[in-house]
Amino acid sequence: MDAIILQILNGLDKGSAYALIALGLTLIFGTLGVVNFAHGALFMVGAFCAVTLSRLLSLSHQVVDETRTDFLGKPLKVDVPYVMDIFGETTGAAIIDWAVPLAILFSIPVMIALGVIMERGLIKHFYKRPHADQILVTFGLAIVLQEIIKQVYGANPIPTPAPDVFKGSLDFGVLMGFDPNAIIYPYWRLVYFGFAAIIIGAVFAFLQFTTFGMVVRAGMADRETVGLLGINIDKRFTIMFGLAAAVAGLAGVMYAPINSPNYHMGMDFLVLSFVVVVVGGMGSLPGAVLAGFLLGILESFASMNEIKAILPGIDQIIIYLVAIIILLTRPRGLLGRKGVMED
Amino acid sequence: MGILEVKDVGKRFGGLQALSDVNLSVQENTVHAIIGPNGAGKSTLLNCLVGKLIPDTGSVMFDGQSVLGRKPYEINQMGISRVFQTPEIFGDLTVMENMMIPLFARRDGVFRLHAIQSVSAETDLITRAEAMLEDVNMLDKRHMHSASMSRGDKRRLEMAMCLVQEPRLLLLDEPTAGMARADTNNTIDLLKEIKATRPITMAIIEHDMHVVFSLADRITVLAQGTPLVEDTPENIKGHPKVREAYLGEHA
Amino acid sequence: MFGLGKRDFTLFLLVAVLAIFAPFILNPFPTDSAMAQFNAGYPDLMQRFVIFGILAIGFNILFGLTGYLSFGHAAFLGVGSYSAVWMFKLLSMNVIPAILLSMIVSGLFAVVIGYVSLRRSGIYFSILTLAFAQMSYNLAYSVLTPITNGETGLQITLDDPRLLGVSATADGGIPVTNLFGLEMRAYETVTMGPWEFQFSVGYYVAAIIMLASFYLSIRIFRSPFGMMLRAIKSNQNRLYYTGLNAKPYTLAAFVISGMYAGLAGGLLACMDPLAGAERMQWTASGEVVLMTILGGAGTLIGPVLGAGFIKYFENIFSKINDQVVHSWVSFLPDGIEDFVVGIIHPFVGKGWHLTLGLMFMAIVIFLPGGLVEGGQRIARRLRKRDGTKTETSTTPAE
Repeated sequence: MDAIILQILNGLDKGSAYALIALGLTLIFGTLGVVNFAHGALFMVGAFCAVTLSRLLSLSHQVVDETRTDFLGKPLKVDVPYVMDIFGETTGAAIIDWAVPLAILFSIPVMIALGVIMERGLIKHFYKRPHADQILVTFGLAIVLQEIIKQVYGANPIPTPAPDVFKGSLDFGVLMGFDPNAIIYPYWRLVYFGFAAIIIGAVFAFLQFTTFGMVVRAGMADRETVGLLGINIDKRFTIMFGLAAAVAGLAGVMYAPINSPNYHMGMDFLVLSFVVVVVGGMGSLPGAVLAGFLLGILESFASMNEIKAILPGIDQIIIYLVAIIILLTRPRGLLGRKGVMED
Repeated sequence: MGILEVKDVGKRFGGLQALSDVNLSVQENTVHAIIGPNGAGKSTLLNCLVGKLIPDTGSVMFDGQSVLGRKPYEINQMGISRVFQTPEIFGDLTVMENMMIPLFARRDGVFRLHAIQSVSAETDLITRAEAMLEDVNMLDKRHMHSASMSRGDKRRLEMAMCLVQEPRLLLLDEPTAGMARADTNNTIDLLKEIKATRPITMAIIEHDMHVVFSLADRITVLAQGTPLVEDTPENIKGHPKVREAYLGEHA
Repeated sequence: MFGLGKRDFTLFLLVAVLAIFAPFILNPFPTDSAMAQFNAGYPDLMQRFVIFGILAIGFNILFGLTGYLSFGHAAFLGVGSYSAVWMFKLLSMNVIPAILLSMIVSGLFAVVIGYVSLRRSGIYFSILTLAFAQMSYNLAYSVLTPITNGETGLQITLDDPRLLGVSATADGGIPVTNLFGLEMRAYETVTMGPWEFQFSVGYYVAAIIMLASFYLSIRIFRSPFGMMLRAIKSNQNRLYYTGLNAKPYTLAAFVISGMYAGLAGGLLACMDPLAGAERMQWTASGEVVLMTILGGAGTLIGPVLGAGFIKYFENIFSKINDQVVHSWVSFLPDGIEDFVVGIIHPFVGKGWHLTLGLMFMAIVIFLPGGLVEGGQRIARRLRKRDGTKTETSTTPAE
């Protein structure tokens, strides 16, 4: 029992990331009808927003500390971050420590701007082109984005720690009446799951309760009719693209402490997120979220030793296997609407 | 016994009874028109004949064999060709290539891997394709890219593609829908010519009375998913039930 | 001639001449000159030109004709390489059985993957093939390690049985791949004045196989089968109602194209008997797509051009480092020189992939028909300027 709960918890953080990326992919596909192969790159750019902010905050200048000496006996030179000069030592240190959560604020404008530029500058011209062309051009864009990041930040993963408060783990087992240490769960993963839940909730609320969201939903259902009503749907779709980019970016920012960002993380997640979208149902937002968590948890179950003993290698392929079975038996996906892209 | 026998066919979509108790018999070498107001079930009936839909009840026999449960390409191989409401042709191919494909289908069946010899070596089929194009006055357009042709030419090409297969039954789904008067008349002339020059059985689903009365030997009137009456054009014109159900709208 | 039309025969002849004289054509600069770095006439690089040419020719049969965009073709490349290396380990170092096995195994793979993936079309097909390729890649790294040797990659060793050959050569070394004794790695250097040309056995074996593949692809393009494939891309609905089943046709195209990829993978192993899982990664699949699009999908010569173009620039661009750029612009004043080098720097050397990505986007945006379409546009413009109103015949597949 405790092992099962542990696996479910383990699946949640990856599942959250899948769900957030798949949500954005679905928004873009549902509104603009575009298959965006560059969406994983947006996730990656988000993660590097966290890296960037943490580097910016750590920018320092050298100060000679007369009270201490280095190993040669000379006065020690210490690096003092500018943030500490401005905010004082304790506040400064706290700000640096909290770089990743702060990067949320930093990344939102960056990601929205990136999304809007992408849509206006490139994607817009591909609405009427075949899906294959859309796949190809966004694939090219993904290569470009990841190469730029690689040139700026290098090819190695960059560890980006979470704030100190979240470094420990929560002993879930004790809470639920199991033995201590049976279910250990790092705090940050808990934070990530909560964060993902909030973002998902916010997106759904936004679509459900605002006029803007209503128009977008109507546009997803029937673009032409909404266009006939004299509503400028294009402008809203541009904003929608920016929003989807921001969601992917935020997913990336908060993922940085879980997995040190590297330039190809976007591609790794993209392939899986596409599978998630397909399983959930192309164009279905709840489907994307459901499938994201479902596949995340399934993947974590498949990596249990007991299961790997019976089916070696299953953890490596479980997601693809599920996708293949779903596509062949229920092409519209778990929650997809009938007739949407079924062939 | 007709070449096409439709017996007691019924089809339901959720709460809507689209077809019920449809009985229809198309005699060989006649033009049989199926008319009816919008929503009468004409298209549903046609889709049941070509294998796109499977009726819930009843049987559809072509030349003594059931077509039900067969795939569209199998039904075509039995000898039924279909003309669509908007011309369906291979837009990326030339007119001549469009003609070759149905010929290959007729000669080689649903699948045959002819991957080595050249299409240009198939002189027999080329001759037949050219003869057919000549018949529909399109021989001079044989090297044209078919997507760039006018709608009327596309319609002609589609008919030629069906006829070159020498089908035993040609199904036409509103062949003049959305056409200008001149194009409609051209199509009528073409169909009349086809009817006069070769033995062929046609089933036409049509909205335009002008087309129906200039071509049909027999007419079935469909209303609310069930045949109202079946008779010759002359009798149909004067039939009170038909006037009420259908022609009344146009009066 | 050879069952080809006049224009096709000319095209084939052109490719054949280019392939035969490649060691000259690709080495236009004297060995000691500053421009020698732009030479591409090394056996190793020329082999890659033709092998990736085979891969792209095969991919084009599927994508160019039917429009089904496979994102998993690298899986067949990898399978081909593994099969060939196993043949070297078990049977002999002769390349013929290795190539045959790589084609058979990848063909069987393609039957399975194609049968499942072709149940769907459009982007679903792309995602299904991608999923299969990623699955193969992941498996090659994990449970299939006994067959693939995991991260290290599969290599030939002195302990291999090699039933029809020898486990080790007389002097105790690992035997090399050969064609009935003719070693793949053997080459002859011919010096003509300041020029040096290298003629390698491996290259010519690969080139002959490429020409055969190219010839076969022309035949397929002009055959009833090729026409059916184009009809599938154009209008599947019409095809169904014309009495033809699209599925076996697309599956046949998928399998043929998978076997081409397997052949390419086998040849890679023949030139260098080593197979690793990274050959199956989806970035590798993306590269094939890129070559085909860049050259011109659906055209005969396009994929060959695209493969050559990308492999050439990959090699040349990645060799250009900052010193080379400095030497080019050394005539500029210092400050400006550094500035120019700074601008060029991200796009060359290790930055080659950035250039590649940008080029890819540019092609899809501005020239969806690839280099072939670009060439046709230029030719048309020139013809117009000449004032001669020669009619441009638009054969869809050239």
